[in-house]
Amino acid sequence: MLRAGCRMALDVGSSGDWDGRWRHVQKFLERSGPFTHPDFEPSEETLQFLLETCKILVIGAGGLGCELLKNLALSGFRHIHVVDMDTIDVSNLNRQFLFRSKDVGHPKAEVAADFINSRVPGCHVVPHFKKIQEFDESFYRQFHIIVCGLDSIIARRWMNGMLLSLLVYDDGVLDPSSIIPLIDGGTEGFKGNARVILPGMTACIDCTLELYPPQINFPMCTIASMPRLPEHCIEYARILQWPKEKPFGDGVALDGDNPEHIHWVFQKSLERAAEFNIIGVTYRLTQGVVKRIIPAVASTNAVIAAACATEVFKIATSAYVPLNNYLVFNDVDGLYTYTFEAERKENCSACSQVPQKLQFPPSAKLQEVLEYLTENASLQMKSPAITATLEGKNKTLYLQTVASIEEKTRPNLCKTLKELGLADGQELAVADVTTPQTVLFKLNFTS
Amino acid sequence: MTMADHKTNKDQRYDRQLRLWGDHGQEALENAHVCLVNAAASGTEILKNLVLPGIGAFTIVDGHRVSGEDVGNNFFLSSDSVGKNRAQATTELLQELNTDVSGNFVEENPDRLLDNDPEFFHRFSLVIAVQLEESTCLRLGSVLWNAAVPFLVCRTYGLVGYMRLVVREHTVVESHPDNALEDLRLDQPFPELTNHITSYDLDNMEKKHDFQLPRNYKEKEAFRQLLREGIRKNENGTPEEEENFDEAIKNVNTALNPSKIPTAVEDLFNAEQCENITSQSPAFWVMVRAVRDFVQAEGRGSLPVRGTIPDMIADSDKFISLQNVYRERALQDAAAVSRHVESHLQAVGKVCKNAAFLRVVHCRALVEEYGVDTVHKDEITSCMDNPDSEMVLYLMLRSVDCFYQQHSRYPGVYNYQVEDDIVRLKLCVHSLLQEYGLTVNVKDDYVHEFCRYGAAEPHTVAAFMGGAAAQEAIKLITHQFVPFNNTFIYNAMAQTSATFQL
Repeated sequence: MLRAGCRMALDVGSSGDWDGRWRHVQKFLERSGPFTHPDFEPSEETLQFLLETCKILVIGAGGLGCELLKNLALSGFRHIHVVDMDTIDVSNLNRQFLFRSKDVGHPKAEVAADFINSRVPGCHVVPHFKKIQEFDESFYRQFHIIVCGLDSIIARRWMNGMLLSLLVYDDGVLDPSSIIPLIDGGTEGFKGNARVILPGMTACIDCTLELYPPQINFPMCTIASMPRLPEHCIEYARILQWPKEKPFGDGVALDGDNPEHIHWVFQKSLERAAEFNIIGVTYRLTQGVVKRIIPAVASTNAVIAAACATEVFKIATSAYVPLNNYLVFNDVDGLYTYTFEAERKENCSACSQVPQKLQFPPSAKLQEVLEYLTENASLQMKSPAITATLEGKNKTLYLQTVASIEEKTRPNLCKTLKELGLADGQELAVADVTTPQTVLFKLNFTS
Repeated sequence: MTMADHKTNKDQRYDRQLRLWGDHGQEALENAHVCLVNAAASGTEILKNLVLPGIGAFTIVDGHRVSGEDVGNNFFLSSDSVGKNRAQATTELLQELNTDVSGNFVEENPDRLLDNDPEFFHRFSLVIAVQLEESTCLRLGSVLWNAAVPFLVCRTYGLVGYMRLVVREHTVVESHPDNALEDLRLDQPFPELTNHITSYDLDNMEKKHDFQLPRNYKEKEAFRQLLREGIRKNENGTPEEEENFDEAIKNVNTALNPSKIPTAVEDLFNAEQCENITSQSPAFWVMVRAVRDFVQAEGRGSLPVRGTIPDMIADSDKFISLQNVYRERALQDAAAVSRHVESHLQAVGKVCKNAAFLRVVHCRALVEEYGVDTVHKDEITSCMDNPDSEMVLYLMLRSVDCFYQQHSRYPGVYNYQVEDDIVRLKLCVHSLLQEYGLTVNVKDDYVHEFCRYGAAEPHTVAAFMGGAAAQEAIKLITHQFVPFNNTFIYNAMAQTSATFQL
């Protein structure tokens, strides 16, 4: 019950609530309005649903994650899980406000959960210091809504694939109760985007793969023999000199977070630059290139996480029609937003039920198929593993991610599809980090 | 920790943002002192996004005591803050975010401060007011306008966000445009460039087209063909694969853009502040004048050369020596501009490099926006051709302010008030439209919706505005990137926004 303007000492009830606590939220749940969702009915029970029942999963406890946890907690959500595999770094502190200097080195998910739980009484954030791939369907199925604040396209695609795998079809008709909405946010400097994905219904991550900007990789000949920019000198040290000189020992990989490693690369880059009269190699630039650092500020993360949290609220309460379905933001020059409906791709390799095809002549080498899987703009796989059923048995044609198997299957790359015993119309199963489920391709021989 | 250690630690902490606004931007931020009026959620969210990047200092002015409602939507209040002064309680939790920042508070109602000590506000780099009643807002706006202190008004009202920038004149040297064209001067090569190029075999162009560059599609096609013919052929007459020629052909459209002075910069040259340089002139205008002088003299109609060229496929030696030709010319031009400058200015190099991107923002005073004779009627009316334009949200905010003036409260705060307040608010809308002579249609749905809001400040909308406003504040303090001009509306229902000049 609402009591008018009570200013007495805080009377914290058994639920951890005090008078007026949820007043800002209640107006949207208990009053009818002209712009509400068609399914919306004003009720005092919706708030109870948020407080007691609704379960949200936040992926990532970094720049977006910290903001998301705060936003959800102050909107009435109490049952929140957060997954993050990282530990806290000093460079996070300019925007990941749930962390302090003393927390450096500790798991982000755990420190974030502790902070929210103590600042917002009654809120119960459960942390998971793990990779998203360490969980299976039984974990993800328990959530009403999942919201992502990730910094990796691969992880996004994996999450996307996981929710698609949870969909249930009865006689070809999608069962709506199997849909878990996915809200996805991303930022880079002063730019950001927020999108609402209803798996099986709206455009998914893979439907719009082409929207993501390609990573900058300089051509090898430029790096090796014709450097012009300081970046070329740094890549020379990173890609060519490090593996050759092994400055910190055999098998020791370049660690972008190790200042000694960066210092080595920095010195080598300066030498290379001096050879070619190139100016501009700095320690900061070296670090930026080696770690592929993306600039980041608190403000952009605040905006995008806020938009995402607003969508979580709308979907959980039916208070308003959710964003349909993509918001772009840029505040380099004034403030610019653009809202549009991203369309589903008819033959999307992730969410359409259209069987994927591979068209190759029988004389094509397996290497060509591998290149297609990684270079095709709609597939963009990272390290696909290809298997086929031959003579009744499951045979791995090529797998990169386990060194011993890679070595054994490498000769297959130079063999033709015919030599490998593959037939026209054969099914190939492809596994990759970009998806939790294998993708089935049908092999069609061209002449 | 030693000074050096502290500096390295700060470099690490701020690394991700230093890559956006540089050490000089960071310095400007650390020398700034911002005032926040009202520590409501919208305000503390803004401050959070200024404290985290290391603003020098902040001062919160707020006479309110913390209510249970406040703690519910404000991250910088805890359950034992109730009853305390809101300025003090929020300062403590904001300060805790970053020990480099100096946090202060004044337990006072802004109206009282304006009565007793308006000059209190003169000391700040920027004043930000949130959730402030119209009358106090206008008073504060007037004081700050006369003192030339930038003023940023921000509010969250239900699912609507609002920001208004009030600054007389804001100059931007580094606007960092996203997609700028290069400054190659191919149409007006300076002598050193001509000499350098003639050491390559390229005399055909000059002879056939009277020293003019291709101007239209037909001529550019002919030029591309010329380039194609330049590609070496093997014994069979097949053209070799030459990446640098391919790159040249691909870039014909953009590389041959005429080297014109942008209109925005011409406007600066024609401005009164540039024409009349006095000992009071800000450094910016002195430098603009020096650049104009350069254009009329050594520049022969052109701006100082930018000095950077895009990466292009070439041998290292040839690229570096070409790059040096542009670089040296840029240095010479900057030196010439310096000579046109009378007083001591360190930033000339930066101004020259950014000459094509200099920007100035002038925002109208609040009195002009509110004045019956000076209201931007046409802007409002034409936006309202679409009755669901964000402009209707602006009109509704003005209407709830009218309501507050009449009833000393906002509409629909309590459930029992909603129905009757819809009628009252509609009257306010009509009187507002009549007062300004606006023949527009405000749909009943919006009146109903704004009563429904009951002046609520949902956290997610406050957080959005917190991010948006903080970045505008950073732009104002660092003089990098271009601020909005002058009214920004965010619609969280539809996830859309618009900027108006009112």
